[in-house]
Amino acid sequence: MWFFANRIIKRYHRGHHGPHDHHHGGGHDVETKKSGTREIKVVRRVLDANDIMAGRMRAVFAEKGVFVLNMMSSPGSGKTTTLQKTLARIMPGLRCAVIVGDICTTVDADRLALSGAPVVQINTDEFGGDCHLAAHVVEKAVADLDLDNIDLLIVENIGNLVCPAEFDIGEDKRVVVLSVTEGEDKPAKYPLMFRECDATLLNKIDLLPYLDFDMDLARTSIANIHPGMPVFEISAKTEAGFDDWIAWLEAQVKEKLKG
Amino acid sequence: MHEMGIAMQIVEIATASIPADMQCARVQRVNLKVGKLSAIVADSLRFCFDLVVKETPLEGAELVIEELPVVVRCKACENQWTVTEPVFVCPVCKSGDIDILSGLELDITSIEIEDED
Repeated sequence: MWFFANRIIKRYHRGHHGPHDHHHGGGHDVETKKSGTREIKVVRRVLDANDIMAGRMRAVFAEKGVFVLNMMSSPGSGKTTTLQKTLARIMPGLRCAVIVGDICTTVDADRLALSGAPVVQINTDEFGGDCHLAAHVVEKAVADLDLDNIDLLIVENIGNLVCPAEFDIGEDKRVVVLSVTEGEDKPAKYPLMFRECDATLLNKIDLLPYLDFDMDLARTSIANIHPGMPVFEISAKTEAGFDDWIAWLEAQVKEKLKG
Repeated sequence: MHEMGIAMQIVEIATASIPADMQCARVQRVNLKVGKLSAIVADSLRFCFDLVVKETPLEGAELVIEELPVVVRCKACENQWTVTEPVFVCPVCKSGDIDILSGLELDITSIEIEDED
């Protein structure tokens, strides 16, 4: 059961330099590899362009005092409903805006607009990118928002447990929503989505009586992958468990904005 | 399936790395380091790469992927180990406070160009 055999996550830097940071650009060292071939050293991260843009976005968000939350999950986990109920609780105390990534419909954006928060719908049919949002796409969406009047910007990413985790979009925190209907094996199958996120929302707990979902196993698995990460058991339908989740979110936002 | 976007980035970076005096030479190989934790499926990436190199200086180039293991170090007791299952808890002291030393790479290390001199 070697899980890395398929695919998972990413490196991304939140302004700190990790052990894999390389210098950018510069001259190329040329060395003769073997007869008839020259090897040109490159040493660059493939996602450099994205990471540099994400860094620029992060600086803009910091300057404007905007906290950015990147919400990720599989399709159908209940991200949009969770977001709707979350907005209803934290507005108008926090001034919120939403960027919605969706492949071809505006259904989610229409639902979220009912909250009264400004909503920008992203069209993802470019850059081969219908599986994730990248920094340059978010940058375009942000151009339509008045950042001076926003405390919390929530980016609802494309429904996918793999690719979105690969792309830094300049966010402060990342949250993954996992619905109990998806099964307790998902963290182990996509461990780095859970490694890279700052909190997990286990959604649809109102359905637990009808499922064979092993909550202990799910929590153990998440704790193995990301020890200490907060896990909130919620139901977006009944709002069970929302108090703790909202308290965590508000604390994160206030922590940044008081700076 | 974001491998297409990744392949396009590889072509962009590799093309920009061809020295001015070798613009017409054939690029034979693009060498990549990919950590086992990166969300990359090597076969998908090769498939996409072969599509996007068409009509670029990289047409016909081979994509060589060196896979790197997931190596982590415990911040509490300095224990270093290779992660082979989805457990990032230190086996020695049970701390979860770790640094990932390798496994997240997605880097172009070099390109190899036919030297006509």
